[in-house]
Amino acid sequence: MTVRNIASAINDGLDVALSGDDRVMILGQDVGRTGGVFRITDGLLEKYGSERVVDTPVAESGIVGVGLGLAVGGLRPVCEIQFMGFSYPAFDQVISHVSRMRNRSRHRFTVPMVIRMPYGGGIGAAEHHSESTEAIYAHTPGLKVVVPSTPADAKGLLLAAIEDPDPVIFLEPIRLYRAVKEDVPEGPHRQEIGPARVERSGSDVTLVTWGAMTRETRRAADTLSEDGVSAEVIDLRTLVPWDRETVFESVERTGRLVVVHEAPLTGGLGGEIVATVSEQCLYSLLAPPKRVTGWDTVFPLKRSEEHYLPGVDRIVTAVRKDLDG
Amino acid sequence: MPRRDPSTPEGAVESLRLMWTIRRFEEAVEELFDRGQLHGTMHLSIGQEAVAEGVAAALETGDMITSTHRGHGHTLAHGADPATMLAELLARETGYCRGRGGSMHIADVAGGNLGANGIVAGSMTIAAGAALAERMKGGDRVTVCFFGDGAANEGSFHEAINLAAIWDLAVVFVCENNQYGMSMASDKGTAGGSVAKRADAYGIPGSQVDGNDVVSVFETTLEMVRRAREGEGPSLIEALTYRYRGHSKSDRNLYRTQTEIDDWRNLRDPLDRFEGSLLESGGVETGTIDKIRGEVRESIRDAVTEAFAAPPTTVADLEGAAYA
Repeated sequence: MTVRNIASAINDGLDVALSGDDRVMILGQDVGRTGGVFRITDGLLEKYGSERVVDTPVAESGIVGVGLGLAVGGLRPVCEIQFMGFSYPAFDQVISHVSRMRNRSRHRFTVPMVIRMPYGGGIGAAEHHSESTEAIYAHTPGLKVVVPSTPADAKGLLLAAIEDPDPVIFLEPIRLYRAVKEDVPEGPHRQEIGPARVERSGSDVTLVTWGAMTRETRRAADTLSEDGVSAEVIDLRTLVPWDRETVFESVERTGRLVVVHEAPLTGGLGGEIVATVSEQCLYSLLAPPKRVTGWDTVFPLKRSEEHYLPGVDRIVTAVRKDLDG
Repeated sequence: MPRRDPSTPEGAVESLRLMWTIRRFEEAVEELFDRGQLHGTMHLSIGQEAVAEGVAAALETGDMITSTHRGHGHTLAHGADPATMLAELLARETGYCRGRGGSMHIADVAGGNLGANGIVAGSMTIAAGAALAERMKGGDRVTVCFFGDGAANEGSFHEAINLAAIWDLAVVFVCENNQYGMSMASDKGTAGGSVAKRADAYGIPGSQVDGNDVVSVFETTLEMVRRAREGEGPSLIEALTYRYRGHSKSDRNLYRTQTEIDDWRNLRDPLDRFEGSLLESGGVETGTIDKIRGEVRESIRDAVTEAFAAPPTTVADLEGAAYA
């Protein structure tokens, strides 16, 4: 075990993957000498050379399209897109080809590739540097979508994603990169894609969240506990396929559901989770499920960032309303 | 060694057979569509046979291609079995993609066909990636990226050729300029006068060829493939040709004249020209040509019968292939 933050855990995961499998390659802007805009690939160029840690021009569609060709050619590319908001130039490749090859060829060929995207608010930059558009990718059949919130999960899910036979969108919460530290297992530590993680057990309300919002939601649960409210916090970790069973089991026990995400409300995954729980657990519900989300607008400049992102106060207020309802 | 050499009498017979196979295949597909037995849409390459065959003949078995929405010709010339292709078009389990890809997504990765592609320019960066994969594996297979004149004005055209050029990848980019991107005339939609000239901007060889002359397409491709295989990097070929049919089945041909179509068909048809030159040079006799035509007609008829006899796909596992 080594104590690592998320940035260091992902770097370690990439290192383990590159050393353990000659097919693994990294492609992206500034991933080489610079070590990436968030320094996630620091030291990997020196260790594995420019053939396997490939600095590309600013060409997102090219990075992902080349990644697809590499994957079909038998390699295991890990593409880095500098910010999730920069992934849209590559979206044609992702939605039209990467996600569809397996279905199109009826399993005859597949695209085992990982597209890493730092995402979410927290660095005080507007729009593309801070947004959280996971619902677009989750809506696209053929893609798995993974978002860790702890260092051990970051490494474990990354290694599982690289070994996965399907394309995986790997979202890295920018705000948490260096915010939390914990023991991370050495070597090939894998965390299965799919199962959620119960961040905190509770019996009065189920709070479902992921990524950077896990920390806010946990803090809200701690605040609520001071008033005697026992909130369970579930960190989904994987958005596609999401762990319905863990959520159902929890809601059936608590009777209440609040989903927290920093993406805008409309069309967000909160709606999908609330709808699914309503279909499956209606008679367990003691109050209407609620969503605490970003607002239906473009991610703002720093001055308004704290207003945009769901914080402890908004989560606590929503839970109290649910309990009163 | 190229798999066929249409400039020799033996190779010419094979190339002619393939070109007729493409034309008869496309005609059969059109007929099936008109009879209501084939659904959706299709993009026929009738009139463009010399590009597909001239390029594919210059490749070796194992070399790779990426294709386009108008990909039946490329696929056949690169070695696909017509019956398996028709099974794919007719949504049969025996098709190349088990009847789920259809006309625009035929792929046979094991056979070196990385796929037709319904998005204009969609395969261009994929071709660069396939070539990079080949180099990573230490192989010397060449990738040919077929694309149309319409794709040359998409952003991916630039990204793919730029990446291939800075990385010296073994890709031959083949622009099949059939004069129109749907209704947009290539000369109106393409700045700079030619696609081939754009190669200069990337510092790679660019060459414009008569795309209705199979030997000339072959010879240019052969040189570009040679240099790619020997590590000299990518190149760009622009083959000038013409599609006789509409862009797709919805096309009413409002953007061009019947005279224009007739001129290309009557004066520059790739099959007529190839047969004419073979007869003139004495390399092939009339009897041989008649025999090839007859055999191809029969083989396509058999392929249609075989495809219809194959088990149709069912909806039972419709959702079963989005993930492993």
